[in-house]
Amino acid sequence: MTLGLINANPVVHAKKERVAQQLSVLSEESITVDEKLGRILITFTPTIQHCSMATVIGLCLRVKLKECFPPHFKVDIKVAPGSHADEESVNKLLNDKERVAAALENPNLRQLVDECLYSNEL
Amino acid sequence: MAKLVIEGWIEVSLVYVVIGFFPLFLSRNFRVLFLIFLMRLESHLSSKAFIGFHYNLPPVLALALSSFWMEFLDANLELKEIQKLQGHTDRVWSIAWNPATAAADVPTVLASCSGDKTVRIWEQSPSTRSWDCKAVLEETHTRTVRSCAWSPSGKLLATASFDATTAIWENVGADFECVSTLEGHENEVKCVSWNASGSLLATCGRDKTVWIWEVMPGNEFECIQVLQGHTQDVKMVRWHPTMDILFSCSYDNTVKVWWSEDDDGDWSCVQTLGESSGHSSTVWSLDFNAKGDNLVTCSDDLTLKIWEADITRMQSGDGYAPWNHLCTLSGYHDRTIFSVHWSREGIIASGAADDAVRLFVQSKDGPMNEPSYRLLLKKEKAHDMDINSVQWCPGEKRILASASDDGTIKVWELATLC
Repeated sequence: MTLGLINANPVVHAKKERVAQQLSVLSEESITVDEKLGRILITFTPTIQHCSMATVIGLCLRVKLKECFPPHFKVDIKVAPGSHADEESVNKLLNDKERVAAALENPNLRQLVDECLYSNEL
Repeated sequence: MAKLVIEGWIEVSLVYVVIGFFPLFLSRNFRVLFLIFLMRLESHLSSKAFIGFHYNLPPVLALALSSFWMEFLDANLELKEIQKLQGHTDRVWSIAWNPATAAADVPTVLASCSGDKTVRIWEQSPSTRSWDCKAVLEETHTRTVRSCAWSPSGKLLATASFDATTAIWENVGADFECVSTLEGHENEVKCVSWNASGSLLATCGRDKTVWIWEVMPGNEFECIQVLQGHTQDVKMVRWHPTMDILFSCSYDNTVKVWWSEDDDGDWSCVQTLGESSGHSSTVWSLDFNAKGDNLVTCSDDLTLKIWEADITRMQSGDGYAPWNHLCTLSGYHDRTIFSVHWSREGIIASGAADDAVRLFVQSKDGPMNEPSYRLLLKKEKAHDMDINSVQWCPGEKRILASASDDGTIKVWELATLC
């Protein structure tokens, strides 16, 4: 089920700039990396307007980026404008580090994120 | 002939020396303009073909004097790092100075809590003047410890955790013992605060509620009320420094004020700061000035807001006096402001997600009836990562502590540059 989820995953515009490492969760993404300032802005497009997995996908992105970049890098994740019905609330949630930290401490959610990220590599 | 020239020169010099004292009487903005004026004058005079250099000396003297006063008056301050406390193995969320230890000759004690599920107690050694980790409070919380607060007496420490519990610790000899565990929140508890007398405790969490607990004898705690009202995650609670009024900050962009008319009465929300002139994103923290008549809030919307209320009216029992928005400090931060703390002297410290600590003071240059604040100093790269908490030490000296995602706590001193 989760594998199917990955394949039905956000596929975005190909505006790919200066990515340090390839992400294996998404096939194409829109990323802006400012290495000097240590900031990353990533926008992804959920496949449907009411995608219920948008927050999970965002979480997966955070975990993956944390692994790929040095710890001092600041990551901002947003859904592509106009691509989701709850765009504002999803963006707010994904960029609230306290909520993200608490979510990742939840064993069920953590397992889901790990499966999304790593089962694809098998 | 030479004598006349010399006398004339002395007179001119005296005039310029007097001019050099002008900055003492000017406000800060005018001092800068005055200095620019003097510099222009000096360069104008030196470009003229006067006899010898001594005609240029008087204005140069005035310039030197003015600059000296400006250095002296605007006291070049710096935030000097005194010590970096390392030990936590995950981000440090919150720090709290023990209020009882900042007095007299008692060594200062600092508590810190972290994502590594532990709380560390740091004590300043009287001989070496450095802070050492005195105790590690572990094996109690099973998830991130998000907030810690000392009781006003300094004898108890309350810690709030994502494991939905609040633990109360007591200093027993050289160690700390967990004497009580407060349960009730449905999920993560985000903050805990004691009231001024230490008779009440407040907690808040992601379940959108604020709980008020009464402190009973024998380290017993009883929940007296669960306050509903926020429509989202409550990030922080704080009691007013002199009265039993509770303030809560939330992900719903508002600050709610909770009050109970009588001692045994019900607590209810008497005001919501947020409808108009409120924040446009999550409010992370707030603090009061020493008098308790001003309040500062910080938010994800990158601004600090100052509010005021007629405290004397409230203290005289005349009913509730609402808080009004005074001013907004915007344009100083470019990332979320997580923490704000007001010192006894009136310096507001802010800790933000851009790794910087900023200090603000009230400015006397604003228009007569509108108080304004100015940036006193910005410490860039104070930490390697986001700053989650800033706390002024309650003692005499201008000591500030900051906690960061980089797992360290830094102790700073606000000192004048020699």
